[in-house]
Amino acid sequence: MSFLKSETARAWALASPLVLVLLAFLVLPIIWILVLSFWRATEFAMVPDFSFENYAYLFGSTVTWQVFLSTFRYALITWVLTLLIGFTVAYYLAFHIRSSTVQMALFLLCTVPFLTSNIIRMISWIPFLGRNGLANQALLSMGVIDQPLEWLLYSDFSVILAFVHLNTLFMITPIFNTMMRIDRSLIEAARDQGAGGWQILTNVIIPLSKPGIMIGTIFVLALVMGDFVTVRFMSGSQRSNVGRLISNDVGLLQYPSAAATSIVLLCTVLILIGLLMRFVNIRKEL
Amino acid sequence: MRSPNDLELVHLTKRYGTTTAVKDINHIFPPASYVCLLGPSGCGKSTTLRMIAGHESVSSGSILLEGQDISSLAPARRGTAMMFQSYALFPHLSVRDNVSFSLKMKGVDKATRHAKAMSLLELVAMAHLADRLPAQLSGGQQQRVALARALITEPRVLLLDEPLSALDPFLRIRMRAELKRLQRELAITFIHVTHGQDEALALADEVVVMNNAVIEQAGPPRQVWGAPRTEFVARFMGGHNVLTVGDGRYAIRSDEVRIGATDGLSATATGVEYQGDRVAVTARTVRDEEVVALVPEADFFAHPITPGETLGLSWNPASQHRLES
Repeated sequence: MSFLKSETARAWALASPLVLVLLAFLVLPIIWILVLSFWRATEFAMVPDFSFENYAYLFGSTVTWQVFLSTFRYALITWVLTLLIGFTVAYYLAFHIRSSTVQMALFLLCTVPFLTSNIIRMISWIPFLGRNGLANQALLSMGVIDQPLEWLLYSDFSVILAFVHLNTLFMITPIFNTMMRIDRSLIEAARDQGAGGWQILTNVIIPLSKPGIMIGTIFVLALVMGDFVTVRFMSGSQRSNVGRLISNDVGLLQYPSAAATSIVLLCTVLILIGLLMRFVNIRKEL
Repeated sequence: MRSPNDLELVHLTKRYGTTTAVKDINHIFPPASYVCLLGPSGCGKSTTLRMIAGHESVSSGSILLEGQDISSLAPARRGTAMMFQSYALFPHLSVRDNVSFSLKMKGVDKATRHAKAMSLLELVAMAHLADRLPAQLSGGQQQRVALARALITEPRVLLLDEPLSALDPFLRIRMRAELKRLQRELAITFIHVTHGQDEALALADEVVVMNNAVIEQAGPPRQVWGAPRTEFVARFMGGHNVLTVGDGRYAIRSDEVRIGATDGLSATATGVEYQGDRVAVTARTVRDEEVVALVPEADFFAHPITPGETLGLSWNPASQHRLES
């Protein structure tokens, strides 16, 4: 019995540093946000309270619903595009590159853009997409268009372009990782059983890549749903999402309202991920 | 002994850059025979099998099945099916779906393919586990499923790549009996790659011994074991001593070697190994060649030998067998 006790104590001791870090930097802040979301705010001060005022206002406003809807739309479109690009790149790296040196080199190449900051990578699109930017100038000089395209920048297009650019790697990495673990003899077995290239893809590779796809999906959804900088920069402050709603409230020192929105967003994302986890068991992959 | 249903390898060669994995081999596999490709690792036996299966391209030469050159056909169109060393069962599919995979690829409807899969699972006594996933099966069960999956394509030749190597010794012996029974029942050709000579001797109608990318010797097991053509075959098949007698090299079966006190070839005992029904006595001759004599247990303990003792070795000259150099 004392042996068991000391074992348990040891296990707790070993886990405690991580538990403390998570408590201090994850659990406590979230609890604090939750508490704050029930406070009331006047123009000048925050009043401790237990009121559902913030939530009532949030759910009562049509703006909230529109902003949540547009956030979902950004997330969905970005997810589809990053999945298509990410899967294709990972598939190419995992199954078409024979030499493992070239494979690793190309994979590292994919990560090179991540050596610069998010903001810089985003802003660098602006001179390219602008009214007199490179894209418009090139299209004009080729005679494809005779008026500069207005929708290239400060539009949904530029927002989604930036989202896809920033987040595709989070899709490539987990999918590539699961694909590398697929036993190559399974592909041979499928071919031996008469499967063509497309059939191998749909019957063997996609089902076996599902955990990677799911992990990538969680990354991309969480990043896009929580974003506010990309939408602000790439839409020229003309589009909004939940992140911007929160950041505006924070800017106006309306912390309780920002906290309530954050809690709703957090729950939304958690429910979404919970639903996804029901489809694919990623535990065995981690 | 040609028949129109033979599988024939004609000048079959596989080169990887400058190395030759399979070098100009010719062989005829008669229909409905159990053939073992036997050899040490890297001898080209697996490459040969994979070329027949279509998972490895042929550098030159051809593969004929029933008179038709199949060497450039897709694996599934050759009339062959392969059972992989690690079984290569699809981990995300149930046993039933694994077995019916090839029918699904052909577009056969679900009811028909599942019925067919169940009949093959009956054949390998696995029907009761049809809903399990491969990970929920033992090694032996996985192998039966892999077998059913290969057989559902109704191959004329079944290719088995070291099928028993992943099993424990007890199961290995049981499964090999089962493989043999299936081959007899189905009356198709089994080509079985192995590096275990006991497995080959136990199973094969014909043993094909390969070494260094070529066929060293082929024939019925009793002939290959009893009359090895080269020193390599004699040593690889085991149970033989290779000795220089006069001007040539000879193979002498270990159980033919008699141990006397002084007469015969003089040697020093270096080791004694009890093997149950017999005792293996290892000795070193004056020419520094190693000889193993298998002595029946009772005979040994009537005249025990201790290492270091000087022995006289003899054998019936009729039992020594000349090797090609």
